[in-house]
Amino acid sequence: MFQTLLAKEFREQWRTWKMIVFLAVFLITGIVSPVLAKYTPELLKSIPNLPAGLAEFIPTPTVADSVAQYLKNTEQFGILLVILLTMGVMAQEKERGTAAMLLAKPVSRSAVILAKWLTGMTILLAGLLVDGLACLAYTLVLFEPLPFGAFWTMNLLLFVYLGVYLTVALTASSLARSQAIAAAGAFGGLIVLLILGSLPRVSDYMPGQLATWGGSLVLKGDLTAWPALGVAAGIIVLALVIACLRFEREEI
Amino acid sequence: MIRIENLVKTYGAVRALDGLSLNVESGVVYGFLGPNGAGKTTSMRILSGLARPDSGRAWILDKEIGRPGSDVRALIGVLPEEPAFYGWMTPREYLRDFIAPLYHIHGQVAARRADELLEIVGLKDAANRRIGGFSRGMRQRMGLAQALVHQPPVLLLDEPVSALDPAGRKEVLELIETLRGKTTILLSTHILADVDRVCDMVGIIARGRLIVQARRDDLLARYVTPLFEIEAGDGFGNWLEWVEKQDFVTNVTVSNQTARVLVKDVHQAQKPLLESLARETLSVRRFEMVQPSLEDVFLRLTGKEA
Repeated sequence: MFQTLLAKEFREQWRTWKMIVFLAVFLITGIVSPVLAKYTPELLKSIPNLPAGLAEFIPTPTVADSVAQYLKNTEQFGILLVILLTMGVMAQEKERGTAAMLLAKPVSRSAVILAKWLTGMTILLAGLLVDGLACLAYTLVLFEPLPFGAFWTMNLLLFVYLGVYLTVALTASSLARSQAIAAAGAFGGLIVLLILGSLPRVSDYMPGQLATWGGSLVLKGDLTAWPALGVAAGIIVLALVIACLRFEREEI
Repeated sequence: MIRIENLVKTYGAVRALDGLSLNVESGVVYGFLGPNGAGKTTSMRILSGLARPDSGRAWILDKEIGRPGSDVRALIGVLPEEPAFYGWMTPREYLRDFIAPLYHIHGQVAARRADELLEIVGLKDAANRRIGGFSRGMRQRMGLAQALVHQPPVLLLDEPVSALDPAGRKEVLELIETLRGKTTILLSTHILADVDRVCDMVGIIARGRLIVQARRDDLLARYVTPLFEIEAGDGFGNWLEWVEKQDFVTNVTVSNQTARVLVKDVHQAQKPLLESLARETLSVRRFEMVQPSLEDVFLRLTGKEA
């Protein structure tokens, strides 16, 4: 039964173009990040009538700039994409009536939620894979090879980080009865996490710290953020449990 | 087969079900009749496991609904009033790759069953079209097909022909008739002609309560009340006001220049009615005592309840 639900979710993401758009944006992000890191300083230098001497202050781009661009772009586009991908998935089924059709059949409601979550997480993983591969290739061509192991560990940390937003958006969607409320809930969750992530001391424990840890890994820094990893995993599990419990009790 | 005992369900201040009890025997087509808002859909939703009653109990094939470890959903096929589908799927995909596997029907068996059902509900030619482009009637046929995939012993059909044109309605009712004896069908509707045509048993519900439950013929016999049909060329004028006030009259309806007057006793009513018509000098074209239809019984019972 779970396999059938999962197959339907993947097929839906593919046939409604959501998966393709998602992967394409990640691919573009992976390509554009090293390119921007390489050519932004040169573009600045080529501006006509640049004040004398200013060009000397524009630093020569390095592989660290490529990694920083990659982290920033993946984080920004990734958060937006996972929320857009996920926020409607449950609310839409309830709003359109397909949930009532499905739940009158012998399926577990938690399985419905978990199938949607697993589909979203798999697409996110695939997105980060194409994003990372593109970034690796373009950084190799434009700069130098990136440390392979550290780079993919950074991507795994990004996966957990973005997975938090995906799960929160899915939970908002399962709690809401309409897509508009689900969207409000998903972006509300985003704002709360961003605010908490900007508070001194608290930020060390928030999922956003995982991106910083990832960057440090690639650039041979010594920062770690194990508590943030624990909090991120905790948020994912808690949000999933809330989504499943609430949906089990909900009248459709 | 289907047993409901004292179901109560409220939505805020609205009491959708107010102690509903009914019993549907095995193999019958049970017409669940009631005006809009009577509680038919709420009952269906509770039987399908989509809603929980505030109190009361219900069983399908001796399995209690909502009881832990007693999932009745594999035993029932459900057609909601407005069936909804994934617009990007084709009917064949929906039945073969999605619905059938949920009932552990896979591979060639699922493919055969899907094609068979699409043929039965008249969607064979649209088997590979996206459901998103289907009309409401096509969706209703599709809804019936998905309810029948696993050949359930119990079918819950909520207004199954309300969106169909006359030809489609006839086909679907004929299909329901073919299931008689093999499948127990609870068919909710407000269209009396459909009940008259296919149902063995009738339960009339109003304001969340069952008013009466009986075999269709028994119901007509039990509630047979003399009825006069009077057709007047120039309308009825003040006569209608007069007739509604008479003690021997229980109900009056008028349509197309014809008044239908339900009376308590035909012998008591016949003479004063004729005299009054003569007194009002109406151009009476027809004055006839007729057998009441299920519609008259329904209107009388639900009118009395309201």
